[in-house]
Parts: sequence; C-alpha cells; structure tokens
Amino acid sequence: MTKNMMICGVGGQGSLLASRILGQAALSQGWDTKVSEVHGMSQRGGSVVTYVRYSTNGRVASPVICKGEADVLISFEQLETARWLPFLKKNGKIITSTQKIYPMPVIAGNAEYPQNIIEEIEKLDVNISECDAIDVARKLGNEKVANVVLIGLYAKYSDLDKQIFTDAVKACVPEKFLQLNLTAFEAGYNY
Amino acid sequence: MQIEKNQKLLLGNAAIARGLYEAGCVFVSSYPGTPSTEITEEAAKYDEIYAEWATNEKVAYEAALGAAIAGGRAFTGMKHVGLNVAADPLFTSSYTGVNAGLVVAVADDPAMHSSQNEQDSRHYAVAAKLPMLEPSDSTECLEFIKLAYNISEKFDTPVMLRLTTRISHSQGLVTLANRQELPLKEYIKNDSKYVMKPANATKRHPVVEQRQSDIEEYANTSTLNRIEFNDKKIGIISAGDSYVYAKEAFGTSVSYLKLGMVNPLPLKLIKKFTDQVDKIYVIEELDSIIESFCKANGVNVEGKNMLPVIGEYSQQLLNKNLLSKENDYNELKINIPVRPPVMCAGCPHRGTFYVLKKLGLTVIGDIGCYTLGSTIDTTVCMGASVSMLHGFNKVRPESADKRVGVIGDSTFMHSGITGLVDIIYNNSYSTLLILDNSITGMTGHQQNPCTGLTLKNLPAKAVSLETLCKACGVENIQTVDPNEVDTFEKILKSELTKDAPSVIILKRPCALLKTVKKDSYARVDADKCKSCRACMKIGCPRISFETKKAVIDESLCIGCGLCTRMCKFDAIEIISRASN
Ligand SMILES: Cc1ncc(C[n+]2csc(CCOP(=O)(O)OP(=O)(O)O)c2C)c(N)n1
Repeated sequence: MTKNMMICGVGGQGSLLASRILGQAALSQGWDTKVSEVHGMSQRGGSVVTYVRYSTNGRVASPVICKGEADVLISFEQLETARWLPFLKKNGKIITSTQKIYPMPVIAGNAEYPQNIIEEIEKLDVNISECDAIDVARKLGNEKVANVVLIGLYAKYSDLDKQIFTDAVKACVPEKFLQLNLTAFEAGYNY
Repeated sequence: MQIEKNQKLLLGNAAIARGLYEAGCVFVSSYPGTPSTEITEEAAKYDEIYAEWATNEKVAYEAALGAAIAGGRAFTGMKHVGLNVAADPLFTSSYTGVNAGLVVAVADDPAMHSSQNEQDSRHYAVAAKLPMLEPSDSTECLEFIKLAYNISEKFDTPVMLRLTTRISHSQGLVTLANRQELPLKEYIKNDSKYVMKPANATKRHPVVEQRQSDIEEYANTSTLNRIEFNDKKIGIISAGDSYVYAKEAFGTSVSYLKLGMVNPLPLKLIKKFTDQVDKIYVIEELDSIIESFCKANGVNVEGKNMLPVIGEYSQQLLNKNLLSKENDYNELKINIPVRPPVMCAGCPHRGTFYVLKKLGLTVIGDIGCYTLGSTIDTTVCMGASVSMLHGFNKVRPESADKRVGVIGDSTFMHSGITGLVDIIYNNSYSTLLILDNSITGMTGHQQNPCTGLTLKNLPAKAVSLETLCKACGVENIQTVDPNEVDTFEKILKSELTKDAPSVIILKRPCALLKTVKKDSYARVDADKCKSCRACMKIGCPRISFETKKAVIDESLCIGCGLCTRMCKFDAIEIISRASN
C-alpha cells in the first residue's frame, strides 16, 4: 500500500525539515520512501509544497502527488490549506495551522484574504484538525518549531507508533535544537 | 524490505555527489543554478574531492576539462541555461576527448520552478555528439555517475548526465559503497588530440563520428537500457522522470523500454522492443527527441500527438491524456489569491528599487533576487542587463538619463564584466548599478569571488568591485548603502546626467546572512500613524494594514529600518530585542 503525504506552507516556514522527518519515519520501518522537496526561487516567501510517499509492500515510482491522491495534507498556513486542498483524496485527513500570512496581493490591497477557510473546509468530506501552532511554538520560546508542533499533532492521528516519530525527529534535528523540537513534538501530540 | 546500515535517503543531487566520491573523482568546478546547486555543495563536504565555485559555467567546464586531461576524474554541474554558457568548450571537448573521465551534469527545469526558460538539454548531447545518461531516481543518480566515468574513459569522451528538477530535488533510497581511489592518469602531450586547429580538428571529427556509432553499439546491450516485458499490447519507451510517472500510472499493465542512455539512442534495442509489442507510446517530458528518432528510423510510435511539449509531466497528466482517467477531489469555490515569491524582509534590494520606482526609470534587469523587484523592464539571461543597457542607450541616447541597468555581485562576476568593458570601449553614457549583497542570494547563499570565502569556506582574495570597474575604464564610481535612500537618490540623479559611463555599487549584505544582526525590529505607534500608507511603498511583506493603521509583524522583521525613512510622522521606531 502506498501512502501519500503532503506538506504545504509559505517559503521559510520549515516544510523541508517536516518532510524529512516524515520521510525518515517511513524509512525506519523499512518502507521504500521518496521525498520531493522545493529549493530555489519559490522559497522566497512563495507557496511551497513538498511530498512524502512511501509504500509498505513495494516500490514508490513517482516522487510527486497529484490532485485527489494525498491521504494527508499538513499545512502551515490557512490560505495554503485552501490552495492545496484539491490534492487531498476525498475523506482525506488535514492537519492545519490556523496561522494566516498575507500574500503580497493582499498586502498591496489587490486581493482579499478569504474568510472562514477552515469552516468552509469542514463542510466538505474531509477530516480536518486545526491548531494554533505558532502560538504553541511561541509559548515554547521559538516560533520556528511550529512545523514540528504540527508533526506532533499528525502523529496523534497516524497509525504509526509515536516512538517512530520521535526517533525520526532525533535523526533529523541537530543536537543543539533537539530538546526544543522534542518538546514541540510533545506539545503537538498532546494538543 | 530490510533497510541496511549502508542505505540512506538521499536527494538526487546528494546521490550524485556520493557517486562522485565513490568513483574517485578528485576535481569539481561548478557555478550554482537551481536545481543543480546541491551536487557541488554536497561534493564539497568530502575531503577527498577538491571542489570550487567557478565564476561561470564556461570557466567551470574548462577547469574540469583541464583537470580531466591532466589525469584526474573531474566533474562540473550546472543548470540547463548554464550549459548555454558552457556550450563553446562543450562542443570542442567532444573532439579532444578526455584522459581521465569527465562528467558534466546538466539539470533541466520543466515547469520552470526557478528558471527563465524551459529548454531541453538533450539537444546539446545530440548536437555535440556526446553520450548522455538520464537517471530516474536517486539510486540511479549514484550508479550512473560511476557508469558515466567508465564510459568516459572507455570511449575517450566527456559524458553528460541529464537531470530534471524532480530527480535532483527528490530523496530516494541509495546504497553507499566505498571510494575507489585512483592514481592520476599519466598526461602525455598530444597536440593532434588536444590542439584543435583546423588541421588537427579535421582529423578528430571522424573519430567523433566513429565513437558515436561505437557507443550506440554499446547502448544496444548496456544495462543502462532495459526492457521490462509485461502485457505486450502496449509498449512504452521512456526515460528519466517520465519513466517513473509512467510506472506510477500504468504499473505492470504495459511493457517498458526504459532508457538510461538518451544519446546515442539504441536503434537495435528499440526495434527489438517495438517488434514485440502492438502499440508503442514514447513518453518524454519537453521536446520530442526519442519520438523523432524513432520516426526518422521508420519505427511507428505515438506520443506528442497526445502529450505536451510544455511543462512538467506527472502520473495525473498521463492518466488524463492517455487513459481519460481523472481523480475525484474537493475544492473550495472561493478566490484564492496567488502567493508569488517576494523580496525578504530586510532585503537590501528593496531600498534600491524604491528609488528606481520613485524616479520612474527604465530598469534593464538581470537574474537574481532583484528580478523580484517590481519595476524591472527586461530580464533575459545572466549578464544581459549590462549589454542590453548599452544597446538601449546607443539607439535612444536622448533618454539614457532615464535608464539604468541592475546586476548582482555574483552575476556581474559571471558575465557582467565583458558588457561593462563594451560600454567603456564603445562609449555609451550608461549608468550601471551593481547590487552587492555580498553573496549569491537567489540560489541559496553561495560564496563568490567578491565574498572573500571559497566553497569550502576557506579565506580567499575578494575581488574589489571598485578597483575592477576602475580598471575597465569607468571614471565615475560611487558606493552607497541602498537603505540610505536619500543619498542614493542624489547620487543616482547626478550620475544619470553625466555624459560618461557610471557605476554605482549598492553595498549592503543579504538580510538572510548569519553575519547580519537581527537583534531589533520595527514597531508602529498607532497613535502617531496617520494611515498615509507611505510605508507600503517599499513592498515589505511584514507591513500590512489590518486596522486602518500600519501593522508590522514583529516576529519576522529584522529591523532594517527602511520603513522608518518612509514615515513622515515618526510613527515607526526601531526597538532592540535585547531590551524586552
Ligand atoms: C547561466 C546561468 N547560470 C546560473 C543561473 C542561476 N542563477 C540565477 S540568479 C543567480 C545568481 C544571483 O546572484 P547575484 O547576482 O549575486 O544576485 P542576488 O540573488 O544575490 O541578489 C544564479 C546563479 C542562471 N539563471 N543562469
């Protein structure tokens, strides 16, 4: 069985680390894994999406996920949740931060940031869990770990053991920031 | 599946670097360019490999060619447009051949995630008559590098490795092995092979043609190309990322000819495959190269009649175009504003562009983070700002005082210098702005000749832009901090009116550099804010108008202070993070 996970957000929010943690978790189970990352131009505050795919019984061919294919969408920002929603399977799972980051057209007054995104998504056949990850991270002393808070929240709903995720965090985060990230993971898991 | 200790998830680019290490490569010279950059950054982490950032791709290619002829396995990596720059040595090195192996990786960018065009590098392999390998995942990235060196030395030829964004930037499982330590090959002077004057080159061309057919023969039996027979009603010929998309879409319901070598193409093997399947599709992203080859050789295939030459492929595209199959999905029926990349908070280019916009100048642009500036008139390729400005000003000299060129420090070193010499030599009254943020920003912070550090983080002599421009013959050179917008504006106005070429160096380091202090932020005093929106003119992503007053997102502001210069009411103050 192939499982498709997407992580979306705004360039600079830490989607790379989050996707590497998920990839590492799958790999540690002996499953063939592919992680597709974004480098370059769109990192400059643009809309960013990464894909993590693994297969519990075979090989993963394509590194990308297309419309209607994702089992899980983990999003760091509401507008991005709305933008990438079509990539989720019907009845798929969404983990989203409630954070809003205004894109340039909104800041410049040329477009409006849509209202009630989460409420609107709740009306569809998807399963959504939201979390004010920035607030949680801020209380832990560093907004940058909001990404790992959301991974913690995802772990709560995943079929995989919690330990698999914490081991993956340990494998992916440099020693210096490990304790903070593990605390962030716990905070998300217990949210 | 059991994951062994020596197995690891690696980015395609990191797998290539690992391949270089294992293949005994000793010399890497490259110029950064998405999506190829990490190959060289990763290679630099191995002590056994000498690795450097060159000034541009032509220099990098020639350096690698020199290293290979000198007897060490060498490598250069670049993005697709970089190969345009390196094309001159590429074509003639096909004639000289190598001594120790030479591999050149070129990364295409279908869908143009970070590029200015969507060219297909396979044309270069065909045109330069060089073998080209194309991996489909990280495993093959590592394996193909080793094979590429064997082919390079066996057939005495540079070998090209074609990548695409999805291969370069996807992580997959690879198996690590030890490094093969190789002694340098002896260098023997051989002018008939290495001195490409007409008398020698005419003798080398037949060698190249013979080599092409020898390699084609090799390709017919090499493990690089393989047939996977399943149901024989449909056969698919594919390579690179297109192959994995096809596998994803059709699984084992069809047969495959998977090509690991995309030039020269193995005609005998193709015929062996097509003879045994009923209907044949060629699936190849971007241009029709395999398909055209098949058709030219009387092999009846289809592909581009159903598949685009534009953009990236995916399993979804194949499902839709070949099987008329589409997934169900949810969608919000709302307008979702786009989120284009923007200059970062604190970006030194912001002050520059504020002034250029204010003065309503025509801006002949270049490639770098400053391409995101809102007022640019043209962007073509690296270095073009300088020479295009010259052309503009020669044709419209009366308005030369309303026009500037803008170019980054790395880009100026890459290919701006020759344009500047042209401005001086042919005397156009051009005003060039060099935006010196002390780093190669757009591609993710690489050192360059102006920064004083090498790729391996060793100290290096930093080129002085002032001295360099002076040596080119520029008499009017000014250096100013772009955040000092008033001073800059004054200098710019004065330089524009001069009947002589000028260079203004805008010096302020990239805000993302670790050495730039981020110990303060800006805060709006809502009582003093008169809602005039003057601060919005700089287009900072951290300033918005939520409550009819300006609001600054303090957490992501670095306190560059540019906005304070916009506010006539002193409503914005810079606050030290240490003080609270
Ligand atoms: C021939 C070529 N090589 C490489 C690139 C990739 N590339 C785009 S911009 C850039 C360098 C930008 O650095 P700089 O000029 O210092 O400007 P900055 O981004 O720092 O503002 C590079 C390497 C390219 N577009 N074309």
